[in-house]
Amino acid sequence: MEWLQQLINGISIGSIYALIALGYTMVYGIIKLINFAHGDVFMIGAFVGFYGLTHWHIGFIPSLLVAMIICSILGVLIERLAYKRLRNATRIAALITAIGVSLLIEYTTIFIRGAQPEAYPSDAIFSKTFTVFGTQITSETIVILATTIILMLLLQFIVHKTKIGKAMRAVSHDMEAAKLMGINVDNTISATFAIGSALAGAAGVIFGVYYTKIDPLMGIIPGVKAFIAAVLGGIGSIPGAMTGGMLLGVVETIVSAVGFSTWRDAAAFVILILILIFKPAGIFGKNTREKV
Amino acid sequence: MSNPLLKVDHVGIQFGGLKAVQKFNMELFEGELVGLIGPNGAGKTTSFNMLTGVYKPTEGTITFDGKVTNKLSPHQVTKNGVSRTFQNIRLFKELTVLDNVKVANHSLAHHSMLSSIFRLPTHFKGEAKMEEASLAFLEIFGLDVYKDELAKNLPYGMQRRLEIARALAAGPKLLLLDEPAAGMNPQETKALMDLIALIRKKFDLTILLIEHDMGLVMGICERIYVLDHGELIASGTPEEIRHNKKVIEAYLGEEVPL
Amino acid sequence: MRISKTFWIYTILALIGYAVVQMLITNGQLDMYYANLLITIAINIILAVSLHLVIGITGQFSIGHAGFLAIGAYVSAICTMHFHLPFIVALAIGAIAAAIGGLIVGIPTLRLRGDYLAIATLGFAEIIRITFLNIDYVGGAAGMQIIQQTNWTYAFFGMFVTIVVISNFTNSRHGRACISVREDEIAADSMGINVTYYKVLAFAIGSLFAGLAGGLFSHNFFIIQPAQFNFLKSFDILIYVVLGGLGSLTGSIVAAVLLTVISLYLQDFPETRMIIYSLVLIVVMLYRPAGLMGTKELPDLFKRKKGGKVHE
Repeated sequence: MEWLQQLINGISIGSIYALIALGYTMVYGIIKLINFAHGDVFMIGAFVGFYGLTHWHIGFIPSLLVAMIICSILGVLIERLAYKRLRNATRIAALITAIGVSLLIEYTTIFIRGAQPEAYPSDAIFSKTFTVFGTQITSETIVILATTIILMLLLQFIVHKTKIGKAMRAVSHDMEAAKLMGINVDNTISATFAIGSALAGAAGVIFGVYYTKIDPLMGIIPGVKAFIAAVLGGIGSIPGAMTGGMLLGVVETIVSAVGFSTWRDAAAFVILILILIFKPAGIFGKNTREKV
Repeated sequence: MSNPLLKVDHVGIQFGGLKAVQKFNMELFEGELVGLIGPNGAGKTTSFNMLTGVYKPTEGTITFDGKVTNKLSPHQVTKNGVSRTFQNIRLFKELTVLDNVKVANHSLAHHSMLSSIFRLPTHFKGEAKMEEASLAFLEIFGLDVYKDELAKNLPYGMQRRLEIARALAAGPKLLLLDEPAAGMNPQETKALMDLIALIRKKFDLTILLIEHDMGLVMGICERIYVLDHGELIASGTPEEIRHNKKVIEAYLGEEVPL
Repeated sequence: MRISKTFWIYTILALIGYAVVQMLITNGQLDMYYANLLITIAINIILAVSLHLVIGITGQFSIGHAGFLAIGAYVSAICTMHFHLPFIVALAIGAIAAAIGGLIVGIPTLRLRGDYLAIATLGFAEIIRITFLNIDYVGGAAGMQIIQQTNWTYAFFGMFVTIVVISNFTNSRHGRACISVREDEIAADSMGINVTYYKVLAFAIGSLFAGLAGGLFSHNFFIIQPAQFNFLKSFDILIYVVLGGLGSLTGSIVAAVLLTVISLYLQDFPETRMIIYSLVLIVVMLYRPAGLMGTKELPDLFKRKKGGKVHE
């Protein structure tokens, strides 16, 4: 039952990638920007969750909610202060600004609290190990999966059943037309950042519970991998981000399990490059072509 | 008649499920000036894109000067003797007017990268040759006075002229002009048409022209092809096209230009 | 010819500059600290100018330049440490290895555009770094011991050759072809420019010089580790090019000099350095997205300003 164990581990890390990837994909879908700072919002979420659990002692679910709220505020601030001016800028300028914002968040965090890592308390949630079909399933795994599933259902509901979701879809389809139809584009974009950042914040807390160790630069690698997951699933597509995240998590776990753990990070990039070369639109993506 | 210079045989292209152009047939003979017209969205620019290799047709063959060109990329098509202008002006904005033409003159000189890096005599000879040839093209179009300006700073009408000068510098036998007079006033249009007539003679060109200004097309083209909804609906002399039922129908609903 | 006359003036000025510095070092008037600063500046200028060719001239947004730096660094180090080849030969082999790496990375990725190309190059750079991390022959994560061999002479002439080659390349029909690709790929292709060829060529030349910088870089330390070539290093190089002005060779040089000096003074405050870096980056992109110099070159600033729009 070894492979089943690995599959479960893979899905656990994959759901963290998926939660972060949703933010990338939503933002890219709406303003065509790779929000490099998204991984750092995830990091901030992890720290807020940590303080909630250890300093404020408010328990897991309130900590998760506080982290999500603070991250969504941070996401909106980033959008309003930095990205809003870039809507008509070149892609290079936008990408470099995003890199700048990412570095700024990372090093401001280090400046304020130092670079040393923190450890999530082991009793963040009740700890118990279940054995199902000879497979060890920890309560952390169950909490991760449950939280991810709930958040994803909530997101589907928001995107497909609410007014703001409809506005988001309209703006990502055609910003100019949406504006002409009376949709407040600025608010819709801010809402997209808020929702995406809240999901990243939640991913941060879950990451902390699952992996324990957190530090100010922890967002970089999961951030880049989540982006890869978004590309894998087809950037701009919400089901794509979920699938891509899970798939990437499973592949990484398999690569580690067969004895190439030091190559794990390279595996993600190899997948990225193969996808970009052979199916740049990703699994769920649509092909677009330049108008001549 | 002799063999056609360009033969388009049952060419079509599909984007996703949408057939943008289908069963497109066309023959151009050396020295002709032919118009390609049709209502908006008829597939005129798409046809140009297929003729120049920007889009690869999903069916049919294009033969130019005895060579099948529909699988070639744009630069190969250009080297084969077909060059074009763009409807939505695509100049190299941050390059000077002279350099825009020099880029099209790229294959005129053959000095290698190493000769340029080591500044060998072949580099200077080649560059001088390109400069001379490019200036000659600019003179024809009255653009030589602007040679050191950035292309983006040229007035609109001059940008349209530069597009043609650049296309001509690529050394075509067949020149494709995509709405060369778009946005010009009647005087400018008239001057442009005289210029086109002039370069056609001077360079022995065959010209295919997309144009919206129907009077203009009827006035200067010897033959006309009409596209509608991606299909060829008529071809013939301006007189024949003027009285063609299908053409009149296709244009109904738009302002009737006839 | 006019071009070659200005060329000789610059060359002579540069050589005088080199000789003065060399004399000061030999006489001990310039201590190790400043000599080392000058070497670092020269290496960073090579990196900036080589990436300028890829991004500024050809318009291909590569953010994985550190990968080629790493190839040059490791391959040249293997040549000197394991095969005991002369330093200059090692530098050449390192540069060529990086150029081959550039071809291997460039051919599949350069048909991607914009953001996708950026991410793919970042990915390749990480793969290169992880590969070195996993090769015990070069010390893995612990790093590789190296005998310090880079001196002012090597660094200066490395920089000099880089600038001359890249500026001569740019000011030729080949460079114009690259600029036309940057300006409008489809139009360039339609004017007879083999777009893929020039993209890959520019990328390979850029990688070649990044590899040269790598050889100088690794032999300026006593040890190299894969962690020195992570994407923060790529971003550092990117920042020179972007801040200097996309398309301006002298701009990227000025930015490389300024930022190298600033980061030296801030080396005891790495967080502050990164905060300043990132703020500068954001502010410049928001208020002056073309970079400090735009596409202008330094000598242009001293010439009479050209008129603005042309009127009929």
